[in-house]
Amino acid sequence: MSRFLRRHGWVVGLSALFVVLFVATRIIQPGYGAGDFGSLVRAVLPYAFAVAAQTVVVIAGGIDLSVAAMMAFTSVTAASMMAGASEEYAIFVVPLVLALGFVLGAVNGILIVVTRVPDIVVTLATLFILQGAALLVLDAPGGGVAEWLKGLIIGTVPIPGLPDAVTAWFPKALLLLVVLLCAVWIPLKRSRLGLSIYAIGSSELAAFRSGVPVARTKILAYAIAGLFAAMGGLSLTMSTGIGAPIPGPYLLASVAAVVLGGVALGGGRGGLLGPIIAVFVLRLVRTDLTLLAIDPNVTAIVEGSIMVAVVMFGAYVTIRSRAS
Amino acid sequence: MTTAPLLEATGVAKNYGAVAALKNASLTLLPGEVHALMGANGAGKSTLVKILTGAIRNDGGRITVRGRPYVARTPADARRSGLVSVYQEPSLIPDLDVISNLRLTQTPVEPFREWVRELGVPDLDLRDLARDVPLAIQRVLDLARALAIAPDVMLLDEMTAALPANLAERVIDVVKRQSQTGRSVIFISHRFVEIAALCDRATVLRDGETVGVVDIAPGVEERIVELMLGAKIEKARRTRRDAGETAARAQGDTRIAVRNLRVGTKLQDVSFDLRNGEVAGVVALEGQGQDELFAALAGSTRPAAGTIEVDGRAARFAHPVDAVREGIAYVPGDRSEALAMKQSVRENIALPFSAAFASWGPINRRREGAKVQAAIERLQIDTRAQREVQRLSGGNQQKVTIARWIAADARTILCFDPTRGIDVRTKREIYKLLRELADQGKSILFYTSELEEIQLVCDRAIVIFGGKVVDILPVEIADEPALTRAAYGLPRETGAEPGIPTGGAQQGEAAP
Repeated sequence: MSRFLRRHGWVVGLSALFVVLFVATRIIQPGYGAGDFGSLVRAVLPYAFAVAAQTVVVIAGGIDLSVAAMMAFTSVTAASMMAGASEEYAIFVVPLVLALGFVLGAVNGILIVVTRVPDIVVTLATLFILQGAALLVLDAPGGGVAEWLKGLIIGTVPIPGLPDAVTAWFPKALLLLVVLLCAVWIPLKRSRLGLSIYAIGSSELAAFRSGVPVARTKILAYAIAGLFAAMGGLSLTMSTGIGAPIPGPYLLASVAAVVLGGVALGGGRGGLLGPIIAVFVLRLVRTDLTLLAIDPNVTAIVEGSIMVAVVMFGAYVTIRSRAS
Repeated sequence: MTTAPLLEATGVAKNYGAVAALKNASLTLLPGEVHALMGANGAGKSTLVKILTGAIRNDGGRITVRGRPYVARTPADARRSGLVSVYQEPSLIPDLDVISNLRLTQTPVEPFREWVRELGVPDLDLRDLARDVPLAIQRVLDLARALAIAPDVMLLDEMTAALPANLAERVIDVVKRQSQTGRSVIFISHRFVEIAALCDRATVLRDGETVGVVDIAPGVEERIVELMLGAKIEKARRTRRDAGETAARAQGDTRIAVRNLRVGTKLQDVSFDLRNGEVAGVVALEGQGQDELFAALAGSTRPAAGTIEVDGRAARFAHPVDAVREGIAYVPGDRSEALAMKQSVRENIALPFSAAFASWGPINRRREGAKVQAAIERLQIDTRAQREVQRLSGGNQQKVTIARWIAADARTILCFDPTRGIDVRTKREIYKLLRELADQGKSILFYTSELEEIQLVCDRAIVIFGGKVVDILPVEIADEPALTRAAYGLPRETGAEPGIPTGGAQQGEAAP
């Protein structure tokens, strides 16, 4: 039990924080209901994929600044391909866009491994390149999306045998998020590749000596991040119905949620669940502040303060528990 | 012997730029033998091991395993060919639990568990994170992991160095039994006791070349020391006379008294005095605790036990600035550790004492300028390229690190291998400077990996082995053979020259 708490204490704490915030929301706005929760999840969706992308790279000991730009690029690519096309055509577009993200991520990784230029520089460069490329694909928000894709994130999941009042709390968007993240993360975590990603982030030398193919693992970590970014791009197109070439505020939000989610920025430590809960916490805080009709500028200050406070509190608890 | 060698390396060479780390190393490993690989610091042992295990590639030479050419590009390659290494530092991934570490290296769990028990660790929890396992146990786990794979050849690099005595015994025992099952072991250790107990033969390296292969038999230590030193023994005997002249130096008051100091896991129990007006040499093989000793004296690491007295008062250093306040300056071997490489010579020299002038206001340029100028002239630093320290030669950079402390008027200078990798002329200037400083009444603690420097610079040599002071030699008898012997924990040569007191160890404690 104590080991469970030591290993997963951060996730447990974050979940508790989310519950507290949720209760607070109900107090601030007694009418906050299932529908509002659904729109919260839909708003979280692109953030969550950006965070997933960043998490994989950070655990491998790197950082990816091109996440938001890659989402924009994949989003406009999907939107422009689907504009005016048939519903069936989208069945080809989706895997194509996902593959595109995977390849672009791999390119990031290859550049870092081969040129030995620091990851922060390489991904900053690809950020600019992808930004420009997105504008070449669509110079203004536009394009279209297949209806069935849109439908994937609208409404709730009907669970047989449960009353509507309960199923109303299971938006389709949440199901999609959980299914996609699990589909990638669980096999990864159980594979030797997953272990290797943790290993190179924890200690590159020890990993090399343990026979881990360091370069290949790093490239694959960035490629998986690219895959998640492409999912994020698709989710943007799905929720807005169009593609927007200017990247959204997902880069800094992804780093923030990774830190808040208990992933060590040095690499090697943390999981995916923490950052995902963290992104829900951050969005819910924003909702609360909006409901309280607080100046949006102050909102940003409060968000920043919460991050610092939570991370400091976590470090304090860790040090205390280690001392005893 | 008629058996075909399991592993044979001939003429192995490795260059790093213009520096030859290995020139002509050879090694023949028979099936079922424990083979010691020996050599002084920098002789090329670890380079050879790295080549054999695929961590680096050799530039020349031929390696065969069971008669077939052997090329390992990575440690994983080496493992497939049946070579597994246990490195000096643990190679478990700190953030993964033990069982994940096993999965990562595809190590079978049950044999691993058995070996861990066999090696004397009964209560290991495989779900513990590697970082939570004590360092000594991590080394045992590394060994168990290697054993569990059942390789043909195991390379053990300083396996027992970080182990407590009871674990070290179990390890020796287990390794010995391994060889009886036909596996071969390459064993690197500085401890002759272990080598005598365990090994069948030893290959001795000197300056990147194999200079001899000897069978381990009683009394072979002397032969191995001779091989490690080579022609240096003769040379040293000749210079011994000149050194005698320096014997009659006046002894000053005790400046720093170190008593029963224990730091980290490596420095066990060290006591000595450093007096005003002397240069005390520190001699140790790599990793005997000298780094920890200097770190503790410089205030960057807190000792676990023991006391440091400065001028008769107990001192506790919580931060390097505390040591600097007591007038103790640390000159690290790695110059990039001490210098702001992109700043000018002047700024670098002024850095420590500008901080000391700190009365929050602007820096007093004139006062600073005069002190810096004096230090530059004193050390004859080549100031043509002074805008950025990184453009100076290594020797001049090292001078800057010393000059700053002269400008700051430090009374004690801790020099950690200050002449590593710099040219002969600058080396001589640094020797002369250190002597001059001592003659002015300053005290200097001087660690060097080049043993001939002891007689050129020092008044005494404090020899550390296994984290303890094993001998304090007066400079007259501190030639290379004597120092090497002492550094390996061997007793002084029995036929010491007449007329020289053998009670050097007491000399350190003689001051009231």
